[in-house]
Amino acid sequence: MKICVLVKEVPDAAVEKRMDQSSMRISRSGERNLNPFDTHAIEAAMQVKEGGAVDVEEIVAVTMGPESAFRALHKAVSLGADRSIHLTDEGLAGSDVCATGYALAKVLEAESPELVLLGQQSDDGECYTIGAVVAEHLKMPSLTQVIKMDVADGKLTCERQAEYGYDTVELQLPAVISVGDAINEPRYPSLKAIMGAKKKPLDTKSAGDAGIESDRVGEGGSRTKVLAINPPPAKQAGEIIEDEDTAETVQKIVAWMDERKLLA
Amino acid sequence: MSGILTYALHYEGAFNKNSLGAVSEGAKLAKEIGGDAGVVVVGDPSELTDELCGTLGSYGATKVYRADAPEGLGAPVVDVMAKVIADEGYSYALFGGGLLGFEIGAGLTARLNAGVTMEVTEVHAQGGKLVAKRPILQDSAVVDVDYLGEPGVIIGRLNAFDVRESGDGAAEVVEVDVQLEEHSTRAKMVQRGEQRGADVNIEDADILVAGGRGLGKAEGFEMCETLAAAMGGAVAATRAVVDAGWYPYAAQIGQTGKTVAPKLYLAAGISGAIQHKVGMQGSENIVAINKDPNAPIFEFSDLGIVGDLNKIVPKLAEAVKEKKGG
Repeated sequence: MKICVLVKEVPDAAVEKRMDQSSMRISRSGERNLNPFDTHAIEAAMQVKEGGAVDVEEIVAVTMGPESAFRALHKAVSLGADRSIHLTDEGLAGSDVCATGYALAKVLEAESPELVLLGQQSDDGECYTIGAVVAEHLKMPSLTQVIKMDVADGKLTCERQAEYGYDTVELQLPAVISVGDAINEPRYPSLKAIMGAKKKPLDTKSAGDAGIESDRVGEGGSRTKVLAINPPPAKQAGEIIEDEDTAETVQKIVAWMDERKLLA
Repeated sequence: MSGILTYALHYEGAFNKNSLGAVSEGAKLAKEIGGDAGVVVVGDPSELTDELCGTLGSYGATKVYRADAPEGLGAPVVDVMAKVIADEGYSYALFGGGLLGFEIGAGLTARLNAGVTMEVTEVHAQGGKLVAKRPILQDSAVVDVDYLGEPGVIIGRLNAFDVRESGDGAAEVVEVDVQLEEHSTRAKMVQRGEQRGADVNIEDADILVAGGRGLGKAEGFEMCETLAAAMGGAVAATRAVVDAGWYPYAAQIGQTGKTVAPKLYLAAGISGAIQHKVGMQGSENIVAINKDPNAPIFEFSDLGIVGDLNKIVPKLAEAVKEKKGG
């Protein structure tokens, strides 16, 4: 079985993401890293491989993004992927969810994996949706927010929390699964794996290489247009206490609650 | 093309509250841009009775499209909605903020090569079209999004759309005969709606002490329970810790859990992700304890304490007991 894992480079969570009030633009500077949810997807792939229920020939990490995104692939490979594919092209910049899903599906089509895994959300937006978009293009069954996954006999048994409690769903392979962070505890890469990551095959593809129709991607292929970007409705900033002396902190909290008659 | 099509999820003979919000919003917007306020319902016809479907009319629906197909999974609903849009020519598909809304909306987007906006908090009619407002980057900015061409897909944020009974009569029920796509039949529900953990009531509590991953381990909830007991409140939890098995599902706040608005919401070790925020932001007073000064929860808490909850929570419980006893 071949498993493809979709990964994404996102701004580091520790770096403040802010809007520049004068230019009304989002600051995209700062450190970038592998989307934390994607590390769970790679770990899930590794656990299928190591679980022994099926024979996994290879795990392929796939990303779409600017040149710098190869770092996310290095990280993915250091966590266990065997090789990686970087879809990068000027023409892809500004792609919306629909266009991004289509472009990734074109890369996956050529790989024809039996299982596609991804993180259920990215730190920088597009929650929950990309997996279902990719699955629709590939005409595969899919499930998002999966927290338990067993593979056997050409099918997956998955569990997830939905509107009314926990659902158990059976999917026939090939399938697209986006995983939640409760599915596993990702391992830390060994120093050897980090050092070896650059030596594993990395295939860089342009949109043309992947057979992507240029009018379906990028800003021109997008079906939505941002008319305006504004600050959110003003909310009065709350009071912040840095805990230095806990006894004092606790007295401040009690006084605050008492003032609001919450301790009556 | 005209009109707005929504999807109403149902379970055990009742429609989901978020779905009813989407139906109400769809009806309001359809009046402004013209056309039908259609609603798709999918499931076993013995559960989706004429009477139940007709009740959607009281939220403003003019037509209810009923299809006999598996309920609880995204792909069959995509098939039904794509067919209704193709046959009836709806301009927009609108979803409430549930998990299935995201899956169906995303699938429909790909099927129809449509524009999509998600996490939408408001929709406005403008010149016969819709413009969606969507907060981005942890709610630090809001973008107005226009659709280039039809249909457009709008996926709301949980609780973004109010349920409104507009008092209209029963909706017309239309049967939809749909041939499911092959891949839509390759996923099958084995068990639905399993409850895990004790059945606890958090919706009626005036005071909630909520615990998240920052508690470090399941036992961390003991101090939340002690504090809640001292304050006369109940204990709630985030999805991450419920999925991890630390606390019962019935106590979960957020996108796939409960929505609460107590007098006091005290969050211990909760970072404040959007999926949690949408379930508790209506609370009158929000107090947050977190060791990470950059945690998003401090952006919308009224009182934030940056520090170690293992030190603060037990002492706070003692101090509250003393105050109340005195």
